[in-house]
Amino acid sequence: MAITVKFFASLRERLGCTERQIDFSEPITVAEVWTLVGSGQPISENVLIAVNMEYADAETVVRDGDEVAFFPPVTGGGRL
Amino acid sequence: MTIHIINAPFEPWQEVANYQQAYLGQMGRFGATACFVGTMRDFNEGENVQAMELEHYPDMTEKYLGKLTEEARRQWPILDSLIIHRYGHLQPNEPIVLVAVWSAHRAAAFKACYYLVEELKASAPFWKKETLATGTRWVESNTSS
Repeated sequence: MAITVKFFASLRERLGCTERQIDFSEPITVAEVWTLVGSGQPISENVLIAVNMEYADAETVVRDGDEVAFFPPVTGGGRL
Repeated sequence: MTIHIINAPFEPWQEVANYQQAYLGQMGRFGATACFVGTMRDFNEGENVQAMELEHYPDMTEKYLGKLTEEARRQWPILDSLIIHRYGHLQPNEPIVLVAVWSAHRAAAFKACYYLVEELKASAPFWKKETLATGTRWVESNTSS
C-alpha cells in the first residue's frame, strides 16, 4: 500500500521536503506515518493533520491511496 | 455560491458588482449584500512588513471553504455568496480576501458573512510569511481580530 505525504509552510521548510510517497503493508495511523517521515520524533501538538484534505488527528487510520498532510497552525487570526 | 483562490491582485468592489450583475442582477429578490474585505497591513507585531507570501493547501482550501459555504446555507436563508482569496506574493494595501453574501434581509447576510469570515480565518489552510527589513518570518501564532 502507498500513500502521499505532504508538508506545508514552516514545517515544509524545517523538514526540507514538500511531498513524499511511503509504502507499508497494513493500515497504519497518522502517528505512525509521522514517525516514518518525521525523523522519529513524536508528533507535536503544534502540527495539524489532514487526511484526504479533511482535518484529522494522530489516531486516524490511513489506507492505500490516501493523502496525508502535516502543517503548522494556520495564520488567519483567532476567532473574535 | 462561488469560491476563487487566485494568485493575482483583484479589485473586490468590481468583483462584487460583476458577480451581482451576472448572477443576481435580474432577480430582484435580495434586499441585503454584506461584504468583508481583508487588506494587507504594512505592520505586524510592532514591525514594518514590506511584503508577504501567502501559502495555501491547494484543493483542501477550496474543499474547506465549500464546506463552510454549505454550513452557512444550512444556517441562514442566503441567496448567494462569493469568496475570493489571494495566495502568493502580496504587497501592503492589496486586498487579500473578499467575502460577499446576498440575502433577502440583512440579518442573514450579516450573520452568514461574519460566520464565513471568522471560520475561514480561524481554520482555512493559509500560512503567512512576512518580509521585514531584517529578513523573513513565518507568522506562527494567530493574532486576535
